[in-house]
Amino acid sequence: MLESRIPEGPLAEKWSKHKDSINLVNPANKRLIDIIVVGTGLAGSSAAASLAEMGYNVKSLCFQDSPRRAHSIAAQGGINAAKNYQNDGDSVYRLFYDTVKGGDYRSREANVHRLAEVSVNIIDQCVAQGVPFAREYGGLLDNRSFGGVLVSRTFYAKGQTGQQLLLGAYSALSRQISKGKVEMLNRHEMMDVVKIDGKARGIIARNLITGEIERHGAHAVVLCTGGYGNAFYLSTNAMGSNVSAAWKAHKKGSFFANTSFTQIHPTCIPVSGNYQSKLTLMSESLRNDGRIWVPKNKEDVIAIREGKKRPTDLQEEERDYYLERRYPAFGNLVPRDVASRAAKERCDEGYGVNKTGQAVYLDFASAFVRYGKTEALVSGVKNPSEEKVIELGRKVVKSKYGNLFDMYKQITAENPYETPMMIYPAVHYTMGGLWVDYNLMTTVPGLFAAGEANFSDHGANRLGASALMQGLADGYFVLPYTIGDYLSHDIRTGKIPTDGIEFDAAEKKVKSDISGLINNDGDVPVDDFHRRLGLIMWNKCGMSRNEQGLKEAIQEIQELRKEFYLRVSIPGVSNDFNPELEKALRVADFIELGEAMCVDALDRRESCGGHFREESQTEDGEALRDDENYKFVSAWEYTGSPSEAKLHKEDLVYDNIELKQRSYK
Amino acid sequence: MNITLKVWRQKGPNSLGSMETHQMTDVSGDMSFLEMMDVLNGNLIRAGKTPFAFDHDCREGICGSCSMFINGEAHGPGRNVTTCQLHMRSFKDGETIHVEPWRSSAFPIIKDLTVDRSAFDRVMQAGGYVSVNTSGETQDANAIPIPKHDADEAFSSATCIGCGACVATCKNSSAMLFVSAKVSQLSLLPQGKPERKERVIRMVDQMDLEGFGNCTNTGACEVECPKGISITNIARMNREFLSSSLTSK
Repeated sequence: MLESRIPEGPLAEKWSKHKDSINLVNPANKRLIDIIVVGTGLAGSSAAASLAEMGYNVKSLCFQDSPRRAHSIAAQGGINAAKNYQNDGDSVYRLFYDTVKGGDYRSREANVHRLAEVSVNIIDQCVAQGVPFAREYGGLLDNRSFGGVLVSRTFYAKGQTGQQLLLGAYSALSRQISKGKVEMLNRHEMMDVVKIDGKARGIIARNLITGEIERHGAHAVVLCTGGYGNAFYLSTNAMGSNVSAAWKAHKKGSFFANTSFTQIHPTCIPVSGNYQSKLTLMSESLRNDGRIWVPKNKEDVIAIREGKKRPTDLQEEERDYYLERRYPAFGNLVPRDVASRAAKERCDEGYGVNKTGQAVYLDFASAFVRYGKTEALVSGVKNPSEEKVIELGRKVVKSKYGNLFDMYKQITAENPYETPMMIYPAVHYTMGGLWVDYNLMTTVPGLFAAGEANFSDHGANRLGASALMQGLADGYFVLPYTIGDYLSHDIRTGKIPTDGIEFDAAEKKVKSDISGLINNDGDVPVDDFHRRLGLIMWNKCGMSRNEQGLKEAIQEIQELRKEFYLRVSIPGVSNDFNPELEKALRVADFIELGEAMCVDALDRRESCGGHFREESQTEDGEALRDDENYKFVSAWEYTGSPSEAKLHKEDLVYDNIELKQRSYK
Repeated sequence: MNITLKVWRQKGPNSLGSMETHQMTDVSGDMSFLEMMDVLNGNLIRAGKTPFAFDHDCREGICGSCSMFINGEAHGPGRNVTTCQLHMRSFKDGETIHVEPWRSSAFPIIKDLTVDRSAFDRVMQAGGYVSVNTSGETQDANAIPIPKHDADEAFSSATCIGCGACVATCKNSSAMLFVSAKVSQLSLLPQGKPERKERVIRMVDQMDLEGFGNCTNTGACEVECPKGISITNIARMNREFLSSSLTSK
């Protein structure tokens, strides 16, 4: 049933051989083929632009008012590439190895190797587009290091790398729009996939301004609709980020893979109140220079919470740099899942430093001194005082992370140059997603998924600066080739008509779902349900999961779903600009997805990456993987309700990497 | 704290709008402005009334969606912040706060506080790119060293989030800060130089076509810009435009 279509041959040759052997569509025929790309983040913009350049007719949709606003824009830290510009021993193989290991051996070797191979092209491409990456004084590109690796391979543009890369892809997209090769539909949301004879042949979309329900036919549909971390309500995702397109695809036959694999990012600004609508990330790059700690003694914790002591009052020996203590080899640069769990462990033990007890310190004091000393030497300041060193060091830190420090100050009203930042883990990314084969096609022929929306490259934990890499790799360099393999059979099909029974049925269903919600005579705003779902997910399907909790969660979510349809209140009408209706449609899908995530987490009785099952841990509390029983991708087939989904297993084969228990000690 | 809100209500592009007054109690200083608006909308829905429509998405100051004109200033009283990053601690207990949409004929109102900024997209489509295909088979990224100063300067211009605060602030509804930021970024980098003449002319032409006004050097745009984009970009664009107009074929 599950055919991954991984090419034969040695790992390093699979991708080039595959490109050489797959079917192509000749340029004249490309003009006869229509493709719909949903979403305009890194994967969507780059895919739409590249497909249009190749000659296909592309329709691109985004729910935002402009394609430039997709949430890739918010990525801060950087993008990995195996350029080895720093001559520190990096290579395609090492990037591949780090990514598979960092993913805790739950990703596909062939996909990850391809990702590492094309990573170098991404940087060349982006520089050619005018992306202003950070540079050294000699004019060459600068790099920094990120969690879970021992080399510096991360390219960046201050703390705004995602913005700069997305604007690069947006510029390529804009160029194709100006040529008429891409028809751009802003403020449009996909409502369903339409299948004809088992193939994806178009979509139903809603014009968010007029509320009009539209039909769009195409020879293939590409979903680049991002991740679904907002199932937790509070996350670092944008308010509009949602699972609906992927979930509708799932209900139409696309398998959903590793649904529960969620990345909880260790460095986010802690929750401040129950009105909170989202959480803000502080880039992982800060862990290069910041040291994470909590007080050693509980008396100090209490004094700090009561405001009787400040963190800067504590001497070195009174601080517990717990990551450096537990993981001496990687220290503060352990992967995200490990850092998050370690923070949770300290806070659960009662060492959390803010009023809620859910925060740890990220401290730059030693970085100020370290950079300050170098800067004093470089700028010829003789025998600088301690204050002078710190002043110089702060300048260097400001040039690296200035916008992040400003953002922190803006949100918390505290000055991180004077006092350590307070951070706590938050939901950030979902490694799970639509199951795809090597060509990025889902189990529905003609329906593709790229970027965060698919499951394939990050296993059970994504390394920092790899999301941008994957989004652009899929969109610029993988999908535009692999989609031809499928479309080469469609050159004689002709335009896809949208007046058939399949489109009729899909449109009717969408309209009845909408009128059911809008005419519901309820009394509870959508956000209340979303918040309640988030709380269930965070407490029972978050950083730590167990059988009993997951079973309870499934039941609670089912009850929440019933209540939602009974009591949700949506003001206004459907044929109008109605943000509450948009939210309700998304939350309805999140509720179903939440249940599916718990089902997936319950089934996997091992700990791997971000998925920590309490039943499966070592004596010292580290995650314990079970390769004998769980070395597979869980691909779920929808059969009527999330709890009745049918599990298919794709066995993971590791020919090129030896499986090891991950250790960062 | 308690505040009085006067918020713009307008059903559609062709309807008449007016200010609507709402009292807010127990507002926390740690709330962002949009979280305060969420609370207002929640209250309205519970009371069977219509919530206010406003654009917002990332809520961390980078997507450029949010766009409120607060107490006569784009994105409110803070400097270098978007509406989503403005916190209620910036206001006083008992204060009356006026909330309006961006006002410019080039940004027609869709509903309440939501406006149509697609004119910005069309200006970008007119030339805000380097004409290079996405094959990846370009030269090596380090083949052309770029002086750090130029790269940093280009980056500063490139941080524009396209929110439209500059247009909303300008008495002429000029989009020159927005357009010049992109023109500057690409003319500072070697990759953007081959097309610099055509680019600036095409983008400025489109800008005029969309109905944006001209720049009269008031400088309000750079004060209200949440990303601190400098009006030296406008000077650079004017220079580029002039020399391109005189020398292009």
